[in-house]
Amino acid sequence: MLSVEHLTKIYEDGTLALDDVSFEVDDREFLAVIGLSGSGKSTLLRCINRLIEPTEGRIVWNGIDITAATQDELRRIRRRIGMIFQHFNLVHRSKVMTNVLAGRLGYINPGLAVINRFPKSAVEKAAAQLVRVGLEDKADRRADELSGGQQQRVGVARALMQDPEMVLADEPVASLDPVLAHSIMRYLEQINDEDGVTILCSLHFLDLVHRYADRAIALYQGRIVFSGLPREIDDARFKDIYGQEAERVG
Amino acid sequence: MADLEVRERPELDVDRRAPTPTKKRRGAARFVGIVAAVIALVVLFAYAFEVTDVDLAEIQSDTRQTQLVRILRSLAHPEFLTYELIETNLDAQIMMPCPANGFTPPAPDTGGPYVVTEPTCLEPGGEISVSGFGLEPNARGDLFYVPPSGDVSIRLGRFLADADGTFVTTVDTRERAETEPQTIRAVTTIRVGSIFNPETVTKTDPVTGGQTTVASPRISATALDTWDKIIETVFLALIATTVGTLIAVPLSFFAARNLMKEISTTMTSLTLAILAAPVGAAMGLLLARGAQLAGEVLADNLVVVIVGLVVLPLVILRAFRWAIPPVDVEAPSRGQRIARALVLSVAGTAGILTLFLLAALMTRVGNALAPRLASFDFLALFVSSLGDILRLLIAAASALIAGGILMFVGSRAGTSLRAHLAPGVTKVVNLGLAAAAGAAVSVLLAQAIGWLYEISDPTKTIWIPAAIGALIGLLGGVVAYGKTSVGIGLSIYYIARTIFNAIRAIEPLVMVIVFVVWVGIGPFAGALALALHTTAALAKLYSEQVESISTGPIEAVKATGATRLQWIVYAVAPQIVPPYISFTMYRWDINVRMSTIIGFAGGGGIGFLLQQNINLLNYRAAAVQMIAIAIVVASMDYLSSRLRERFV
Repeated sequence: MLSVEHLTKIYEDGTLALDDVSFEVDDREFLAVIGLSGSGKSTLLRCINRLIEPTEGRIVWNGIDITAATQDELRRIRRRIGMIFQHFNLVHRSKVMTNVLAGRLGYINPGLAVINRFPKSAVEKAAAQLVRVGLEDKADRRADELSGGQQQRVGVARALMQDPEMVLADEPVASLDPVLAHSIMRYLEQINDEDGVTILCSLHFLDLVHRYADRAIALYQGRIVFSGLPREIDDARFKDIYGQEAERVG
Repeated sequence: MADLEVRERPELDVDRRAPTPTKKRRGAARFVGIVAAVIALVVLFAYAFEVTDVDLAEIQSDTRQTQLVRILRSLAHPEFLTYELIETNLDAQIMMPCPANGFTPPAPDTGGPYVVTEPTCLEPGGEISVSGFGLEPNARGDLFYVPPSGDVSIRLGRFLADADGTFVTTVDTRERAETEPQTIRAVTTIRVGSIFNPETVTKTDPVTGGQTTVASPRISATALDTWDKIIETVFLALIATTVGTLIAVPLSFFAARNLMKEISTTMTSLTLAILAAPVGAAMGLLLARGAQLAGEVLADNLVVVIVGLVVLPLVILRAFRWAIPPVDVEAPSRGQRIARALVLSVAGTAGILTLFLLAALMTRVGNALAPRLASFDFLALFVSSLGDILRLLIAAASALIAGGILMFVGSRAGTSLRAHLAPGVTKVVNLGLAAAAGAAVSVLLAQAIGWLYEISDPTKTIWIPAAIGALIGLLGGVVAYGKTSVGIGLSIYYIARTIFNAIRAIEPLVMVIVFVVWVGIGPFAGALALALHTTAALAKLYSEQVESISTGPIEAVKATGATRLQWIVYAVAPQIVPPYISFTMYRWDINVRMSTIIGFAGGGGIGFLLQQNINLLNYRAAAVQMIAIAIVVASMDYLSSRLRERFV
């Protein structure tokens, strides 16, 4: 179980990105994080694996205090938390295979990086992940030769390489068209259902939230303004989350 | 959106309709400012003219123009080919001064070419008109005055025959009065052969009387020397670029703000690391020295060397395999860690020994092969030099690596110390450590300064610096008191940047002077100077590339639990390889250009020849070198831009 307690993040320029955020996520849950751009969704997800250092508050995962972990402990925590990004964040000039293998780095002795080698078991595992996302024939292509949807599938395969117990997905489909969006979301659903991986996914479109999420929390200016089942988001709640002028589309 | 625009417009109108008094005043002030700036510029350029001695009258003066034309003509006739010349002397006799009954020279043989003078006798130093007939069409040559003794010939001027082989020219004679007839001599020179129709000439050596056959025209000695030196120039640039690149690549990371910004540590770790680093470096040096001694003893026996070079790497590989397991499943226990560290340090020492053995083998093989390879002996000498370089580098490298490792250990010790101490105690301990670290750094610096200025008084090189350093350290500790992290990365960044900028500011042409004193005149000094400049320049260019990489992949790789080394290898390196290659090519191009003139200061290469020829006023030879430089620089420019296109 992940529990976020009184999490606050103030950036160096004084921006209050997260303001006393507290919530819990059960194991195997699919939690959607919604809110306007700039409401703190990305900051929240990055605080959980400490890509961004929280200013205050605690994040406890399966009894381990992530916020208090040393660099070495953090490495071991991070390797069990997969992450998927809006802009895929692949290394463009590297091969698809290398990008997927990068997901295994947390399990590999850092000394091996000097000679740029991965153990055979990792290479086999990466090949299997590529089969899973249907890109086995693209393994030797450069990452930037792939289309957006394919790149995000590489991103998913990279996260799966970590044998994650939790996946943080930061707007995973915001750069993709609706058809591709569903294909990526179905991978996340599959990982959630079959592998029992907890998923925290920030999303823009409410229909995706309704379709895939077990539960949703909503941020507005760094505060949690809603927490509950997706179907509970009625018009009044919607205006709380997206502002009074907002209108529902789609 | 539309709403907003409507609201804004009236405000703008108010502004336009009634310009405020302050605006008017601002306009006037601006006008005065522009006038002042123009006046300042005029004064500036007037002074610049004064200082740079701009003198247009001098440019137009006849003597200057004659000189310019002479140089330009020489440059237009680069001395690529040497012709054998056949000289023909045509003499006409005159008398200076005129004898009482006048002077009639013997009649010339009008069957062949001949010259006559008008008048045939004159006052010494007077003007004389010389006419030539029956010469080769368009023949050219020089006119000389030869006294009766015939021991000298003084050049009076030159002549140029027309299409009929005739010339008339007037020259001044010399103030030499003689009673015997004197001679005006026209010397025509004819080149033997042409590029399309070369001939061979048999020459007789005036001293030994031996005969040699040479081709005319043939490639000149200047051209051959130029070829040698231009090759030297290109390879000098290659060596300088390679060495500079190898050093600049790792250094560039220290000057990249985006990477360094994130490096912060605790005061405890920082101070312990600073204290541990010199100890590590000293240990590394000791280890290297020990290994070298052992290596020298072992190197006497070739069999031992070869067996060592086979067995040691296998053992080291084995040790590394054991100490660095490929998969890192659980955090290792303390005992395991200590065992691994011990095995790794033993393996490291064995590695140093291996390298010494390798160096010994290379020197041996090189020296043994050199006499047998005839004209390819440079390959053997290269192997032997590599052995020497390796031997030099091992000590420095092991000191650096051991220092680095101990720094890491010190920093780790700091982390675990903090974990065991109460926060209050840590703060006090930090102050003490900061003072100690400050003192250590200060003493090391003072030792270096003491060595430079030859100070041997321990009060000045140890105790006073230690006290000052401790005070500064303590001050730093107080400033950082209670802070959990110290941004050490940015400090390193600023130091690295400052050093690179300082080195880059010194032209290689100046640096080479120091290196010439150190290693002597020649291309080696030039290569060292260029390498130093290249290191600083490339490190800066590279670091700017690192700063402009996209952060997404780094974030993604970090999120997988990768260490700093891993994310640099897998997320940073792939992004910077193409620009690094491109900049290296560009730098080679620059270095070729620089190395063409580095010889001016004694750095070897073609500049040395060029400078010599300019100083000897041998402009035709200088022209050959200038053309060679132009060709090489232009083709490097083209080549490097084509190659760069492929990588970016």
